[in-house]
Amino acid sequence: MEFLSDLMNYAFLQKAFVTSVMVGIICGVIGSFIVLRGMALMGDAISHAVLPGVAISYMLSINYFYGAVLTGVLTAFGIGAISQNSRIKSDSAIGIVFSAFFALGIILITKAKSATDLTQILFGNVLSVRDSDMWITLVIGAVVIGTVVLFFKELLISSFDETMAAAYGLNTRFIHYAIMFLLTLVTVASLQTVGVILVVSMLITPASAAYLLTNRLSTMVVLASFFGAFSAVAGLYFSFLYNMPSGPVIALATTSIFILAFLFAPKQGLITKQLSARKKSGVPTH
Amino acid sequence: MTEPITANHISVSYSGKQVVTDVSFAFKPGSLIGILGPNGAGKSTLMKAMLGLIRKDCGTVQIGNDPISRFRKTIAYVPQRSNIDWNFPIIVKDTVLLGTYPKLGLFRRPSGKDKELALDCLKQVGMEEFADRQIGELSGGQQQRVFLARALAQKADYFFLDEPFVGIDVSSEEVIISILRQLKQEGKTVFVVHHDLSKVKSYFDDLILMNKELIDAGPVEQVFQEKNMARAYNRPMAIFGDPGVQL
Repeated sequence: MEFLSDLMNYAFLQKAFVTSVMVGIICGVIGSFIVLRGMALMGDAISHAVLPGVAISYMLSINYFYGAVLTGVLTAFGIGAISQNSRIKSDSAIGIVFSAFFALGIILITKAKSATDLTQILFGNVLSVRDSDMWITLVIGAVVIGTVVLFFKELLISSFDETMAAAYGLNTRFIHYAIMFLLTLVTVASLQTVGVILVVSMLITPASAAYLLTNRLSTMVVLASFFGAFSAVAGLYFSFLYNMPSGPVIALATTSIFILAFLFAPKQGLITKQLSARKKSGVPTH
Repeated sequence: MTEPITANHISVSYSGKQVVTDVSFAFKPGSLIGILGPNGAGKSTLMKAMLGLIRKDCGTVQIGNDPISRFRKTIAYVPQRSNIDWNFPIIVKDTVLLGTYPKLGLFRRPSGKDKELALDCLKQVGMEEFADRQIGELSGGQQQRVFLARALAQKADYFFLDEPFVGIDVSSEEVIISILRQLKQEGKTVFVVHHDLSKVKSYFDDLILMNKELIDAGPVEQVFQEKNMARAYNRPMAIFGDPGVQL
């Protein structure tokens, strides 16, 4: 395969490959918790809300990582502050805060740089990954995976039964914000691979496919990581060979995996369920 | 050995509206206590406030002479079934294993011994053959038994169950009440939010009867009286004196 030999030969492609795989893995890991905690919208919000941070970083010519983490965390707190201190429900609070941040981000970016940069940030360009980006992604990956491995027990119980977790003394609010923080890190790491707009497809779709395939959280996390990494590499492959933007390709790859799981998952699949119902009722299948 | 549990002047508000008003009581260890009252009487709220899960306007809860917050790891709480996501990717035996988490603390993982304990608790509620099922595949009564097994795995001294008997089958109800009685025999203290009046006398030794404010608290014979019940439910109670009429 041409792609493989190019992968051996070109350093930029290797960087892109390593970054994509890591992004796919950590999106699957954090995405699993986001899906189970019913925070899919929050994932979408934070990914959009890092935009002004990226713009400000450009203006100050510092690494976009710092600005993006700052505005991501501000968004999480902003949403929390509105939904806890007023009668506004959290989905509305999410809509209010993230659209404001996103709008501000677009204005700042168009002021700061040319329009091509905006497209890259919005839709991803995995082939432009620099050394520093790859290292940031690897460090974020280590932090995310390390945290989840160390605190798996606490993440499990607080996601499944928050009241019991609180009753025995876990600080569930702290856990919530810690997950928001990890989510922000993952979003920042994903910026170049999938872009701001489509990060949510890496967070939610592989984890949702995995959710249909297993009854164990640990298996779900591993499967979601695998699906994420596979999709990210598919995105890289198509953008390298056919010059397509990597983000949309990745999003469609995750969607394909999800559709397969949705139709054919052993217990939950739509078609599988109908087949087994037919078998049980004795209707012949032709 | 467990200590007596005392609540002093507990009041709780939700968005400016008081839902529990000045509730006080004291119970000795080894009691099986029903928290009784009509819908919206603040029973679950009182339980959550006792456990520090929601903020109290005022009031204290003590075990012996210490605040209840010092006893968190010796308290098992069984939530209402409606508060659980039954599609969560977790199987029955792993759900029971969660009961061992409080005493493990951070970083330590459940050992083989903990897994044995979990399986043992699952046997006590008669659910061992369902150990590998996803929890959503169980009936309501079976789910409640699994959560009771989880509470048993906590090896707690104080048990708080929120509406454990709602919407479950008769045999599950029998399993659960017999385990609660056994806990009481062992000197544990068990609080149960409850609203089926027909079985109050056979299930509980003590009652907290409330409708936002406390109506009465103490032994069943003292509290479960027509005058009290009429006050709590704001209407004459047919179960007293006229056995033919159901509520």
